[in-house]
Amino acid sequence: MEQRIKKRTVILFIVFMITTLSAVLLFLVWGLNERNIDYNLPRRLVKVAAISLTGCAIATSSLVFQTVTNNRILTPSVMGLDSLFLFMQTLVAFLFGADTLAMTGKYLDFTVSCALMVGFSLILCTVIFNKPGRNLFVLVLVGMVCGSLFSSLSSFMQTLIDPNEYLILQGKMFASFNNVNTSLLFVSTILIGLSLIFVLHTHRKLDVLSLGRENSINLGIHYNGTVTVYLLLISLVVAVSTALVGPINFLGVMVVNLSRQIFKTYRHLHLALGASLLSVTVLVGGQFFVERVFHFNTTVSVLANFVGGIYFIALLLKERRI
Amino acid sequence: MIEIQNISKSYDQNKVLDHVSTEIPKGCITAFIGPNGAGKSTLLSIITRMNKADSGQVLVDGIEVGKYDTNELAQKISVLRQNNNLQLRITVKELVSFGRYPYSKGRLQEEDKRVVQDSIHYMGLESLNDRYIDELSGGEQQRAFIAMVVAQDTDYIFLDEPLNNLDMKHSVEIMSMLRRLCKERGKTVVIVIHDINFASCYSDRILAIRDGKIFINDTVDAVITPAVLKDVYNMDFQVYDIDGDRISVYYKSGHSHHHHHHHKHNSAVVYRSKPEHK
Repeated sequence: MEQRIKKRTVILFIVFMITTLSAVLLFLVWGLNERNIDYNLPRRLVKVAAISLTGCAIATSSLVFQTVTNNRILTPSVMGLDSLFLFMQTLVAFLFGADTLAMTGKYLDFTVSCALMVGFSLILCTVIFNKPGRNLFVLVLVGMVCGSLFSSLSSFMQTLIDPNEYLILQGKMFASFNNVNTSLLFVSTILIGLSLIFVLHTHRKLDVLSLGRENSINLGIHYNGTVTVYLLLISLVVAVSTALVGPINFLGVMVVNLSRQIFKTYRHLHLALGASLLSVTVLVGGQFFVERVFHFNTTVSVLANFVGGIYFIALLLKERRI
Repeated sequence: MIEIQNISKSYDQNKVLDHVSTEIPKGCITAFIGPNGAGKSTLLSIITRMNKADSGQVLVDGIEVGKYDTNELAQKISVLRQNNNLQLRITVKELVSFGRYPYSKGRLQEEDKRVVQDSIHYMGLESLNDRYIDELSGGEQQRAFIAMVVAQDTDYIFLDEPLNNLDMKHSVEIMSMLRRLCKERGKTVVIVIHDINFASCYSDRILAIRDGKIFINDTVDAVITPAVLKDVYNMDFQVYDIDGDRISVYYKSGHSHHHHHHHKHNSAVVYRSKPEHK
């Protein structure tokens, strides 16, 4: 029995890796010839790097978030981080004009955005979570309320600003891999990479956390401290990837649940790797369709939400039969 | 020994525990009984560090609970709470293996594997080894969770209403296993339980709580009497001696039997699987 499960897991991983690699290769070499290779290949490589980085970031942070909250339909976006990001972008466009938004140095934008998002979750964790009598759901609830406040304020300002300025702002509102700054990509890779290595390194602790608060404490986990560390890591990862390519959390629920369904396990090492490979495949595939089939007339998020929606309807229909 | 010193706990204005002090001796089964909302589960959760007391302290073998390293404490006391509906794809063996986490941090050594197999065997779960938890019946699930606690191999085992949602057969099974754990392995078992007859038949001592205060903490014979039970629950009880066990009857109010009246008919006394004496 155990042998059979092990074998199944290994085969699944091989299939997943082959699928991901072929998607990446297809994206890289499609339509490449001697004349355009020098122009296209480096650009595509940067895109693939950004996609892989954010794909792994979203998959892993959603998985860890679902584990610490013990809830399988939440993503870190309920903490209001991407709403905060949009709110800041809108606020700058509203107060100083969208030109400022477009002209502001990439580094300044990136650093300020990251710092504010991480700072916001730091406040949530220390002021709300680590107080006696509070639990994680109070934190999630406050995050949700703040998130909707930010989005309402954003849409209020968006209706007031000049339509031309709104167009510039709109570019920030959807995830895009089309003009990723390479030096920012380098910094992000270090930040996200270190966080993900930490998560994978402590995967056994995460396995225990998935048994819930009381079982974790029973098994000797320093619960509040551990959860705070994971929450802060998640917000760092989410903040960096959002500042790099825009709001991209939508993918999390889908890839994590698919990974759970396919691998049929509680082990975070397998789930995290599976979900990361899946999310890279979906994003690279999505980007391929956006560029070559739809000629940039749509965005990856629209495509991914379309596929995700179909998946959930299929899931509902299947569950109904049982 | 567990020493509870001056524990108080309030939720908002509501005093749940009011300067509670008592001791739980080693090597026996102690049952916490009392009406709903009396503070039984709160006391258990404070002893097992799930909940913080507003004041007072709990000593485990002479050392305050908060002074222990969390991992060291996890090798000394274990606890199983009520709601354990996991939404995980996890097999019985994998769940029981988690009991070894305080020792192995998830990398099971030969010794850990041996203890896991032994615990599964002890709870009679060998045939369910590779079954997923969510496919098991309530009784089997409860046994799997207790097997995890057995694998944790702690001196003290706390269980919050372990018979919740179980039928009589499974309840008897679980209680007999706890009795065996205490007798054969010298474990100290503390349970929160509503069925006072199970408490009477299987435990050594009973701690009755009423309105956030300890009403009595004594042997079964001293607690299971009509007078004490009436004071704890504020209703009438008859207590009968059946084969050396004290069985209370309280199902109809205003029932007027006399205490020493011996029942001849074999009424459904299901509390013991085999005649066994402590």
